Amino acid sequence: MDRRMKGGLFLLPLIGLILAALVSGGCSSGPSSTITEGGSTTVQPLAEKWAKAFEAKNPGAEVIVQGGGSSAGIKGCAEGTFDIGAASRELKSSETSQWPDLVVTHVAADGVAIVVHPSNNIADLTLEEMRNIFATGSNATWTVINREEGSGTREVFEKKVMAGTEVSPNAEFLPSNGAVKQKVASTPNAIGYISLGYVDSSVKALSIDGVACNKANCLNGSYPVMRYLSFITKGEPKGLIREFIDFCLSAEGQRIAEEEGYIPIK
Amino acid sequence: MSRYFVDRLSRHIVFIFGVAAFLILVFIAIFILKESLPALREVGIVDMLFGAKWYPSLEAFGILTMLAGSIVTTLLALVIAVPLAVGCAIFLAEVAPLRIRNITRAAVELLVGIPSVVYGLVGMIVLCPVIADLSGTGSGSSVLAAAIVLAIMVLPTITSISEDSIRAVPAQYKEGALALGATHWQVIHHVLLPAARRGIITAVILGTGRAIGETMAMVMVIGNSPIFPTNIFAPARTLTGNIAVEIAAATGMHESALFATGLALFILVLFINSIGLLVYRRA
Repeated sequence: MDRRMKGGLFLLPLIGLILAALVSGGCSSGPSSTITEGGSTTVQPLAEKWAKAFEAKNPGAEVIVQGGGSSAGIKGCAEGTFDIGAASRELKSSETSQWPDLVVTHVAADGVAIVVHPSNNIADLTLEEMRNIFATGSNATWTVINREEGSGTREVFEKKVMAGTEVSPNAEFLPSNGAVKQKVASTPNAIGYISLGYVDSSVKALSIDGVACNKANCLNGSYPVMRYLSFITKGEPKGLIREFIDFCLSAEGQRIAEEEGYIPIK
Repeated sequence: MSRYFVDRLSRHIVFIFGVAAFLILVFIAIFILKESLPALREVGIVDMLFGAKWYPSLEAFGILTMLAGSIVTTLLALVIAVPLAVGCAIFLAEVAPLRIRNITRAAVELLVGIPSVVYGLVGMIVLCPVIADLSGTGSGSSVLAAAIVLAIMVLPTITSISEDSIRAVPAQYKEGALALGATHWQVIHHVLLPAARRGIITAVILGTGRAIGETMAMVMVIGNSPIFPTNIFAPARTLTGNIAVEIAAATGMHESALFATGLALFILVLFINSIGLLVYRRA
């Protein structure tokens, strides 16, 4: 390398500095009339309906709804990626200790339905039988469908149904409620779990120990796998975020939740 | 502006771009290493690399199953793709009439441009149900589905580079063999292919690189089960799929373990490229 090229070396850190300045300058927060919500795929369809209704009532406001799973929602909220993180499970102790300023607001409730293909003759299983099926995993009789690690729905299922027993690793791992539903609907011997709000005629929800999975049984406690759906914010919700959450908790918001198949909490 | 100034300035700028490219690689490597250090220290490299259980909520971070998954799907994809691709290359270079050659070439090049998520979608909707019927059980998300999708994805890459290599063989080789009375196939088999060896090897290495790094299509058709790929009709998980499926929700040690998975991928690709270089030099 000749003397003249060595002079060019000083340009490199200069260009690096300019690039760094440009990149950090570009990372400013958006206009205050846009809220990003993300996380639980259970909450996602409901949040989309809420977002549309809220935008209709508040022209100029924009609510962006994303999925990713409950853990992604909590992490995203804590790290500032989302204004509101949606979760279909409670915060873990590791999360409350890592991010003590997260505020949880329950906005609806939901059950977790264990679903099979509509052609499957089985309509009811005991909790024990369900646990065994998921623990054994995929074999000639069953194709077991599981959710990815960060799923709130999975967390609730593991706590209430598996109760400490691991789901077999040879189950298929899918990244959302929608994906699980589609897989179960197209595989005759599949069994999986999805949010009650997602259940429709393409899958069959099993009853547990004779108790059917529906809104009434979830509310009165007889159906064991139930959870609250929450919006999580960094600190108390303020401004447009506060208005949106208030809208979701209002009579109209709760009516929308009920129409979508979720359980209103007011 | 004096032309000497322009000359010096342009050479400096080009030098900076060259160094920048190298530095980007170094920064990425350092960043991945830095982020994976907590997991590597806590779990230990040996336990991570040879551990057969991946269960983050129980602090189990063994990537052996995923390593096997990546390697097996790639190898199976190559077994399917290489004969097809080299055959296609021979067809395009030596056998096809001009019109057919142009159409086939265009089709092959179009295949390269299709985004991998589209391959995954077609694989999921079309291929998986077929495999489910074939194997009698399961939903079709399997090692076989992944290998077939990968084979289709690397086919155009291997074909076009192999074709270029075959065409690059000096005409004298072919003409000499023909003059000695060899048939066309004898010329292809005994003269052209051996002479194009290096190019074909390069093509296969490039295809392997693409196959190992494929993420989206893998996540959609392989089922993402962290088990050993012993049954091609059963699901499995690749290193790339491991990262993609879990990174959004991972925190702390789990996130660090995923970076360590990325580090393993990085090293695997370097390893494959080195082997490729070795084979290339001896060819």
